This record gives sequence, structure tokens and C-alpha cells, in this order.
Amino acid sequence: MDSNVDWKEFLLTWIIKISGYSAIVFVGLIFFFLLKEGLPTLTEVSLSNLFSDRWYPIEEYYGILPLISGSLVITIGATAIAVPLGIGTAVYISEIAPKWAREILKPLIELLGGLPSVVLGFLGILIFTPNLRVLLDLPTGLTALAGSIMLGFVALPTVVSVAEDALDTVPRSYREGAWALGATNWQTIWKVTLPAARSGVLTAVMLGVGRAIGETIIVMMVTGNAPVMATSISALFSPVRTMTASIAAEMGEVANDSVHYHTLFFIGMILFIITLIINITASAVVFRQQKRSEKALS
Amino acid sequence: MTRTIGRFLILILLIGITTSCSNSTASQGSPQVYIENKGSDTIVNLALAWAEAYQTVEPDLRISVTGGGSGTGIASMINGTVHIANASRQIKQDEIDQAKANGFDPIEHVIAKDAIAVIVNPDNPVNQLTLKQISDIYSGKINNWSEVGGEDRPIVRLSRETNSGTHVYFLETVLRLGEKDNKTLFATNTLLLPSSEGIINEIRTNPNAIGYDGLGYVPHDLKMIAIASVGGTNFVLPGIDSVNDASYPISRDLYMYTLGEPTGEIKKYLDWIKTDPAQAIVEELGFVPIDR
Repeated sequence: MDSNVDWKEFLLTWIIKISGYSAIVFVGLIFFFLLKEGLPTLTEVSLSNLFSDRWYPIEEYYGILPLISGSLVITIGATAIAVPLGIGTAVYISEIAPKWAREILKPLIELLGGLPSVVLGFLGILIFTPNLRVLLDLPTGLTALAGSIMLGFVALPTVVSVAEDALDTVPRSYREGAWALGATNWQTIWKVTLPAARSGVLTAVMLGVGRAIGETIIVMMVTGNAPVMATSISALFSPVRTMTASIAAEMGEVANDSVHYHTLFFIGMILFIITLIINITASAVVFRQQKRSEKALS
Repeated sequence: MTRTIGRFLILILLIGITTSCSNSTASQGSPQVYIENKGSDTIVNLALAWAEAYQTVEPDLRISVTGGGSGTGIASMINGTVHIANASRQIKQDEIDQAKANGFDPIEHVIAKDAIAVIVNPDNPVNQLTLKQISDIYSGKINNWSEVGGEDRPIVRLSRETNSGTHVYFLETVLRLGEKDNKTLFATNTLLLPSSEGIINEIRTNPNAIGYDGLGYVPHDLKMIAIASVGGTNFVLPGIDSVNDASYPISRDLYMYTLGEPTGEIKKYLDWIKTDPAQAIVEELGFVPIDR
């Protein structure tokens, strides 16, 4: 009997250990694979070509700057929409809404998060972009703006639910203390609850940004995919091509181990590094704040 | 607890065994009567119609047809995952080299002809353009419809993605006017849409747009442009007659490629495609039959 228990302990501990380490191993292997397939680009394509503003791989123009700028424009646009709207919704749900409204809103927002992005893209291409063109009198509705707005709504549920959870964990005594000092409801939210939930809200923002920069199918459908270098704010109203859409659109055509193939992996590598930087920054900020609040409490 | 884990493991094992069994029986039951056919989105409907019609000729043969673009099809054929690649452009030299590196010569079969129609929104008053004008529009030299006799509207250029055979053909025949040493490129703000449907949908709703697509794919509610060749004054609309007498300047052959000379069922299928009943389907779908 005893040996049976020991054996069980041993096995279960190992299973859990392996699942824990597997995440590290998988990320490591993926990054290694990206490096292996992507780094040959640096020897095959001259740097002046790689960092030029022309992407036309079938004629050996491998300028990736328009793709990076395209991804950035759309991500910034999506963040500008998802963050204020998402945090606002989270504050409303957690602090202001009456119980019945909360019970309708929460599942609805989770439903929005569960919508397949290709369905959103479909709506975007059939209904949203034609109307956007007429509304803003643009040459075409297939623009970075269309992508940003659609991606904003893709990232929104992530931001809302993570931020709402963070606000929920703020102890009730904090709010009661503020009210007791005569603070209004708004002052309590703005000066007490939100700052107390800061690290969770920041995580929400970062997860939202990560969701937006990695999204592929919607941007492929609604942004027009023209590799134009985005240099000013007006780029928002013209078509752009993102890194993800380029990989998705072109990966199928390339022959293994060709220059184009390596360049697409190189783009994947850059995308991976950008996401990594976002995540590391987020956790560094959160970590620092935790330490500071621990100090304040002690 | 141990027992439940044990049962669970046995269940997983059983599932594994049954699925692997069913896989192996499927592959044993049908050797050589399965043709994988992949490539050009221009050809995909035609290939599907052929595959369906061929069922009445060879009921036991299964043909699976998928799209994805000419480049995708040829790459899959070279990598050995499909038997026949559909292509709306000729195979490129580096693709031939790769196939040879894998030990096979790619063999070309002309299966039909197609015209590329240049299309605009029906509200656009422009009815005809020369090949040179279309080239200037797509290379970015002409940016307003008023420069080619239309309204004062910006031109929105639409194109298929670069993995499309239609894209490559349009680049060589229209943008570069068929000149070998012409290095004209698409204007960078040309919208590259991943599907024919995307182009058609944008043109349907946007009077600024110009696009191109295979004749067989142009719906009746969009306007086709009559085109004159370089220096010509005879504006011709695309159609079966104008393709066959070569008066329409943007028409091409459609191809299927195989690795090495086809044998067995694949050869029979490719031979059947060149017969009258198969070529009648070509005409039905808006393409142009091959001269025999």
C-alpha cells in the first residue's frame, strides 16, 4: 500500500513537472526554429535591401520596413480604441453597473471574445469598409483605420475581462475608506480603485496589444495589404500591409529554403521579438509595482 | 484513483489503435485511384467541374481539388504532396530547378485558355482603355480617372496577391507590356487582395476601383473594359471569339503540371481533359477551349 502511494506521488509530481517545463521547452524550440530558418536571410539579402521601403518578394525586393510600420500603425490604432473603451467598460461593470446590467454585460462581452475573427472579417469586408469609404469620403474603405477599428473590437473583450477581474480583487475596504473621507464615486474610482488595480489593468492592456499585433485574418481581409511605408498619421487612412498578413498570404507559395522563405521566417522572428519585448516590459512594470506596494504595506 | 488513471490510459491506447487501423485500411483499400490536384484559384472551379464530370467516366477514381494559387500548387507538386498542379502561368526556371533537384522534370499540359478582364464599377463612365494606359494606371503614373476620360475621382488599384498566377501574368503582359527588359512594378499602394471574391466585392461597392480577374469569374453586374493593344486603336471586349482570333490582347493558356510524364490514372485523366466533353465544360464556365 505504501509503495503504491509513493509510486503515485512520484508519477504525478513528474507529470506536473513535465507540463510545467514543456511550456518553456516549446517556446524555446519555436524560437530556435525561427532563428534557424530566419537568420540565413541576413547573409542572403543585403541589409540595404532588407531595410528598404519596397516589399515585392517575387522580384527580390525584400524591404520589411513597410510591413513593420503597417503592423505598428494598426496595433497603435487598435490599442487607442480598445484601451479606453475596455477600461471604461470594466470600470462600469465592476464599479457602477447595477447587478442585472452586470449579469447581462459580462456574458455578452465574453461572447464577443469568442466570435471567430474570420466572421468579423467577413462583416468588415461586406458591410463595414464600404460604409467607411462613403462616410469619410476616402478612395477606398480597405484602410489601416478599418483594421484598427476591427482589431480594437477583437482586443476589447480581453482588456475588459482582465481589467474587470483586477478591479474585482481590490478590497472593498479601500472604497469604503475613500467614501468615508467624503470622496465622490468618481474620485474613488479614479484615485483609489484604478491605482490599486494598476498592475492588473496594465496586464489587460498588454494582453490586448498582444492580441492585436498577432491577429492575422481580419487585417488580411480589411486593410488592403498594400505595402506602403507608413510615415505619418495620414497612413491611418490608406491601405497597409502587416507582418502577419504577409506571412499568411505568402507562406503557401514559397519553396522550402528559398530566400523568400527565409525572409518570411525572419519577419516571424521580428514579430516574436516584438511580442517578447511587450511581455517582458509588462511583467517588469508589474513586478516593480508589486515590490513597491509590498514595501508600502510593511 | 490509480484505477481511473489506468482505465484512462487504456482508453487512449484503444483510440490510438482504432484510428491507426482505420488509416491503414483506407490506404490499403485504394492504391493509385486517388488524384490530388491543387493550385491556381483561376482554374479551381474548372478543375472541380472536370473532377465531377470524370466521376461518370471512372466512378472508382477519387479526385481532390484545392486552390491556393499557382505558386502554391507548383510548390506542393515539387514537394510531392499533390499529383497534378494547376497553374495559370508557366512554371518558372527556379521551380524547374527545384523539381530537377528532387529528381523529376516537370511536364506541362495546356488544358484551356483564359482572358484577363479588366473590370470597373458600372457607375464608372470609362468604357475603354489602351494597354499602355492600364500599365500607367497600375504603375502609378496615372492617379485620377479624369486623366483617362472619366470623372474626377482617385484611382484605387486592386490586384491579386503575388502568389497568384494571374498577378504574375498581369505584371508581365500588361504592366511591362510583354517587354522582357521592362522592369516596371506595381505602384506600392496597389491593394493586394487574397481572393478574386475580395476584388469583385470591392469593385461592386467602390466606383474608384479598377481590378482584373479571369474572364470566367467576372459577374454580370460589373463592367468589363474594352482594351486596345499598344499603338492599336481597335478596342476589343474579352470573349471566346476575341481570344481565339487573338484580337483581345490579354489572354493566356492555362496549364496543369505533373512531375515526370504522367502514367496510369493520371495520364488517362489528362487525356480525357483534352476531349470534347471536357472542353465543353471549359466553355460553360466562361473560359476558352483549346484548339485541337
